[in-house]
Amino acid sequence: MTIGVVDYGIGNLYSCFKAIEAAGGDVVMMDRPQELVGADALVVPGVGDFGACVRALRQGGFEEPLREMLAKERPVLGICVGMQMLFEGSDEAPGEDGLGILAGRVRRLGPGVRLPQMQWNTLSYVPSPIASESNDSSTSYPSLFRGLPEGLWVYFVHSYGVALGEFTTASSCYGDTFSAAVQRGLLYGTQFHPEKSSSVGLSILRNFVEIVREMNVKREVERA
Amino acid sequence: MESVRVIPCLDVRAGRVVKGVNFLALRDAGDPVALGAYYESQGADELVFLDINASIEGRATLIELVRRCAESVFIPLTVGGGVDSIASAEALLRAGADKVSVNSSAVAEPNLISDLAQRFGRQCVVVAVDARRRHDRFVVVTHGGRRETEIDALEWVSRVTELGAGEILVTSMDRDGTKDGYDLALLASISSAVNVPIIASGGVGKQQDFVDGVLQGGAQGLLAASVFHFGELSIASVKTALSDAGISVRQTGEPDGDIHASRT
Repeated sequence: MTIGVVDYGIGNLYSCFKAIEAAGGDVVMMDRPQELVGADALVVPGVGDFGACVRALRQGGFEEPLREMLAKERPVLGICVGMQMLFEGSDEAPGEDGLGILAGRVRRLGPGVRLPQMQWNTLSYVPSPIASESNDSSTSYPSLFRGLPEGLWVYFVHSYGVALGEFTTASSCYGDTFSAAVQRGLLYGTQFHPEKSSSVGLSILRNFVEIVREMNVKREVERA
Repeated sequence: MESVRVIPCLDVRAGRVVKGVNFLALRDAGDPVALGAYYESQGADELVFLDINASIEGRATLIELVRRCAESVFIPLTVGGGVDSIASAEALLRAGADKVSVNSSAVAEPNLISDLAQRFGRQCVVVAVDARRRHDRFVVVTHGGRRETEIDALEWVSRVTELGAGEILVTSMDRDGTKDGYDLALLASISSAVNVPIIASGGVGKQQDFVDGVLQGGAQGLLAASVFHFGELSIASVKTALSDAGISVRQTGEPDGDIHASRT
């Protein structure tokens, strides 16, 4: 099993790498686009400015292999701006298109709260009938929160967020309610930082690693 | 929901904890990483490493320390001390720090704040403001309190926030080490002057001080060093006091107690 952490030149990926490792994953940093399609799963981190992240991803040539992985239904986890980039665009960088894989826009949080939200906050699970469906809706995929109780405390750092939508699987509230986690099939996104959310975050990452492992087994069986 | 963070601060020098610490649970309480991991297990919401005297050689040791911390401690880490350029900040962030804290160097060169914010995002930039009362106002002091400036603390926090500070760490140099409680007037005035999170620091001695820091000071982060290091207060007891006062704070007992047990 190989989980690739996509190193497209943005921010600190070391904690992310170490947290997935601590969650039991075989993890590799991938700073060349052609490496991505060889992985069993990808983690796409992202910090700082939405526009800077999207530009770095595109200019580095990572967008196509990422889409290829999604088309092949390989598990992908976007974290923070890595999740926001999956949407159509962000008010943080109006001139920069997002990847548009999920419908919706990233908007400024609030009003009436200190920004960035830089704190621990709780998750409320949101039932989504379509989040777990496969591309052809023939299969249902597991949740990132499988087996975990309601009301988990996780760590957030962001000034922008996505409103609740059809792919929201967990919400949180800061001034207003926003999507704390999204899922479409095997594409997962968290607005919070599981790699900074202590044992709760490691449990969530452990679920992701477990899902990657199960999907590998499933493919082996189908091939046989 | 808005919640507050309880943040132990470790003063480090040459890769070791400076202030004496004695915990039976720890084999090497002088190792900042071991102590950081211990505080994480006790429910700390975030950690701060401060190395105010980091020399050239000391910086390499600090970076190595941050790297080791990122390998085993999975809560946010802020590192301060000697950050005076994009390069020195980048080295710490690449090693695994989530935020860097700038203090004297920002006073000497305020554009450092905007440079850091543009390069890494404002969420990475903590501006530490050491303030001291002078008559009816607060002035900024630098170099660990050794140098006074004429800069008004309230004007300064507004300016650094405009420049790109994502968070303000406010230390009262009058209260630091006294255990008389945070300087609530200082906190309240800074908290109402800016719209970024505020971390209170300096003077905390008992549980009620943490509660007052939030209810009267308006702080979002509550930093303490010696009361935790000497075991005078536990993080859990502080969190209970905060909770009892109606303040929202992360609880690490139930419901995720089982998760803790399963951690390897």
